[in-house]
Amino acid sequence: MNNSVEIKNLDLEFGSVKVLQNLNLEIGKGEFLVLLGSSGCGKSTLLNCIAGLLDVTAGQIHINGNNVTWSEPSERGIGMVFQSYALYPQMTVEGNLSFGLKNAKLPKTEIAQRIKRASEVLQIEPLLKRKPAALSGGQRQRVAIGRALVRDVDVFLFDEPLSNLDAKLRADLRVEIKRLHQNLENTMIYVTHDQIEAMTLADRIAIMRGGQIMQLGTPDEIYGQPINKYVAGFIGSPSMNFLDGRIKGREFEFGDLSIPMTGYNFVNGSPTDSETTLGIRPEHVVTGELVGNAPFQTDVTVGLIEPTGSDTLVDCELAGTPFRVRMDGQAKVSVGETLRIGLNPSRASLFDKQTELRL
Amino acid sequence: MSNGRPSQLFRNKSAKIAAIPMIVTALFVFVGGTAWTVVYSFTKSGLLPRLKWVGLDQYERLWSTNRWLVSIENLIIYGLCMLVLVFVIGFILAALIDQKIRFENTVRTIILYPYALSFVVTGLVWQWILNPDFGIQSIVQGLGWESFAFDPLYNADIAIFGVLIAGLWQGSGLVMVLMLAGLRGVDQEVWKAARIDGIPAWKTYIFIVIPMMRPVFITTLVLVVTGIVKIYDLIVAQTGGGPGVSTEVPAKYVYDMMFRANNLGQGFAASTMMLLTVALVVIPWAILEFGGSKNRG
Amino acid sequence: MVDVSPSTLSGPQGPKPRKVISRRNIFLYGTLFVVAIYYALPLYVMIITSLKGMPEIRLGNVFSPPVEVTFAPWVKAWSEACTGLTCDGLSTGFWNSVKITVPSVFMSIAIASVNGYALANWKFKGADVFFTILIFGAFIPYQVMLYPIVIMLREMGIYGSLGGLVIVHTIFGMPILTLLFRNYFTSLPEELFKAARVDGAGFWGIYFRIMLPMSVPIFTVAVILQVTGIWNDFLFGVVYARPETYPMTVALNNIVNSTQGVKEYNVNMAATIITGLVPLTIYFVSGKLFVRGIAAGAVKG
Repeated sequence: MNNSVEIKNLDLEFGSVKVLQNLNLEIGKGEFLVLLGSSGCGKSTLLNCIAGLLDVTAGQIHINGNNVTWSEPSERGIGMVFQSYALYPQMTVEGNLSFGLKNAKLPKTEIAQRIKRASEVLQIEPLLKRKPAALSGGQRQRVAIGRALVRDVDVFLFDEPLSNLDAKLRADLRVEIKRLHQNLENTMIYVTHDQIEAMTLADRIAIMRGGQIMQLGTPDEIYGQPINKYVAGFIGSPSMNFLDGRIKGREFEFGDLSIPMTGYNFVNGSPTDSETTLGIRPEHVVTGELVGNAPFQTDVTVGLIEPTGSDTLVDCELAGTPFRVRMDGQAKVSVGETLRIGLNPSRASLFDKQTELRL
Repeated sequence: MSNGRPSQLFRNKSAKIAAIPMIVTALFVFVGGTAWTVVYSFTKSGLLPRLKWVGLDQYERLWSTNRWLVSIENLIIYGLCMLVLVFVIGFILAALIDQKIRFENTVRTIILYPYALSFVVTGLVWQWILNPDFGIQSIVQGLGWESFAFDPLYNADIAIFGVLIAGLWQGSGLVMVLMLAGLRGVDQEVWKAARIDGIPAWKTYIFIVIPMMRPVFITTLVLVVTGIVKIYDLIVAQTGGGPGVSTEVPAKYVYDMMFRANNLGQGFAASTMMLLTVALVVIPWAILEFGGSKNRG
Repeated sequence: MVDVSPSTLSGPQGPKPRKVISRRNIFLYGTLFVVAIYYALPLYVMIITSLKGMPEIRLGNVFSPPVEVTFAPWVKAWSEACTGLTCDGLSTGFWNSVKITVPSVFMSIAIASVNGYALANWKFKGADVFFTILIFGAFIPYQVMLYPIVIMLREMGIYGSLGGLVIVHTIFGMPILTLLFRNYFTSLPEELFKAARVDGAGFWGIYFRIMLPMSVPIFTVAVILQVTGIWNDFLFGVVYARPETYPMTVALNNIVNSTQGVKEYNVNMAATIITGLVPLTIYFVSGKLFVRGIAAGAVKG
């Protein structure tokens, strides 16, 4: 049994609303899985089901080979970290860490050992005697992680743990969580709506929408070969350019342009003739001297420039459709100028216009 | 500096005019009225207030009057029982209602409606239910328990508990509503965290949730205590202070002295003692609640 | 991913089996049922007693439903019952209460809302000092201020009149209502107020054209709070009114607790229920807003 968590045919309904539909998911030992989606997609609900905080309508949940579908949350061998930290405000940090253990009647020495280890790992030893109100947001979240850590379990669940922190702290703690995972080698399931968090932390990402998993794959796969138009548009910032046209043989015809799709890996061989959407990320459009190597080249007129420092976004039109290009921050462009751009079809994505599935 | 600016006094003129009723009430009625009563409690006022100083005479007489001592004793018994029971009942009811029960609105409506009724109505209806000839006592006796005796309104020893039953009926709904609001204000994720930690529900309430509700408890405490000290209408309607003087309370003593016995000085002294009692509760609370925030700005 | 068909699952699956009649549910609903009976019983007793004739009352107990329903006690309570001196029932008291409550509610809310608005949006030096005094004033036992107000009203020549009672209710309603309105107006976006000022609106212009239309819910809460509070008042009625201006609560107490004559329990209960009818109606109709009113009284700003 190499899977740490297995979810089989899971359904969850609130009254007549189907929140989760026939979900199947296998998470390997030591894997870092991120559940990613916009709000209301069911990602937090799924996490609560795994934790046992919600009763499922149908299906099973296995953790470490045990069927825990009917088990209490505390018996499932999980630790959980919440968005609001959910620390017990009237207890010291030490009290927060030890309360569950004392309640489980663990020996005092064992409790002390576990707290010592957890506070060393998280560097919260100086805070042990303080109350949560006297801690900063980042420190609180560390204590919350510590509370999961002392439970000495194999599976950690994170429910948007960094959403209440400001941008700088979020980036710092993200790195720490990643380091923690590398050191502990626990299974971690992490819910977020932040794609940067998902991409940086995950071994695999599950993109959820409408209570179903749209795509499950490594960050690379999700980014490079999105399974459908939704995933393609959801991942990546600025978001992918979509051009509606037709595929004819190996040519994508779009307005008066015809883009050869040489080098593109079709999922089920190339279709003959159908309405298709071409997706190309702004950062995959080349400019300057690199254009020469691109299989397809054309000219666009610069409409709007958004410099961000590290790079510059150029808004233009490609055969009448809005189109964005990402250039180096140092590149010199001005509005109204004609810009030569090049596309590489092997890095693009094609979707069926009706089904929105990847071709 | 102030060139061309209207003088300080006339800035915000409309706001100041609008605030006149508040200023008058605060200064003349609340501060002035209270000070007046306290001052006149040191005088020999009878039918009419007179500035004839008698020092602490009124207080000495007050504390040697049997009726006042009984009033104080009643207030303490009633107050302590009320305080403990209203919190226990109010909290338990709130916790039960918070269990995602069905018919929540119905239950809440039934428990709170007595609070909408006046103390006079409350007192009269309980006077009727506790009537020994027709009420609870006669029913239990009618069921075959001939020796059963429960006539709090006719038995001086337990009369104050008859009032307590009515007071609890009227006031526990309020505490329940406040506690329920407090429970609903507790972060749901804390409950989830406690379940993951394997803490049983009763322990979560005692060690985590109740400590988190401290502000609600304190506010409720202040409300309940000030309500207890003011208790008057309920007694007048339910027992009229009797049998004998067994259910007399300070507020009734004040009224009777001022408006029946033409002994204003006693009334002033007694009401000043009531003020003192409330101050003993409210001032520490105010320091706790607002004292800290002044330092923070 | 391979879909596993449901039939291949074995062992626990789906929702955890729960008995509807679990020990927990029996305890929970059982307790709540008993509690609900305890709270509802007095209302039931009031109603059935008021519908019985005196002979039936003497034979039965307070909980048995009426065999023969009669409305005579209600009629008597309304127009004939004796208060010791006069025998014109509760009707006089009822109309006195209406005459006291309506202007008191209007005046106290008008003054307190303007106060709250001034405190929230037009802070002037010293405003908070007066406000703090006002809030502390809410905790002072009324008994302390009873007599000074008697003197004030006597000096103004309105001691014993309905007008005097209206002033007293306005004064004692001010702390809680001012707090209510101040907190509400503070919670409104300040940009709105600033925008109106930039557009040239003044103190009263903003109050009437911006704040009032946005504050219907809080005014409703205030009306509920005041109507029940003033209707239920007994102390001020007994101190500041004369027998001919006594509000309903005082009249009720005088009818029921008058020592003369035979006790007519059915008439007493009819009178009691009639007196409770106004606040009860408000309570049952307003529901959540009533709760909001008392919660607002408990939340300190």
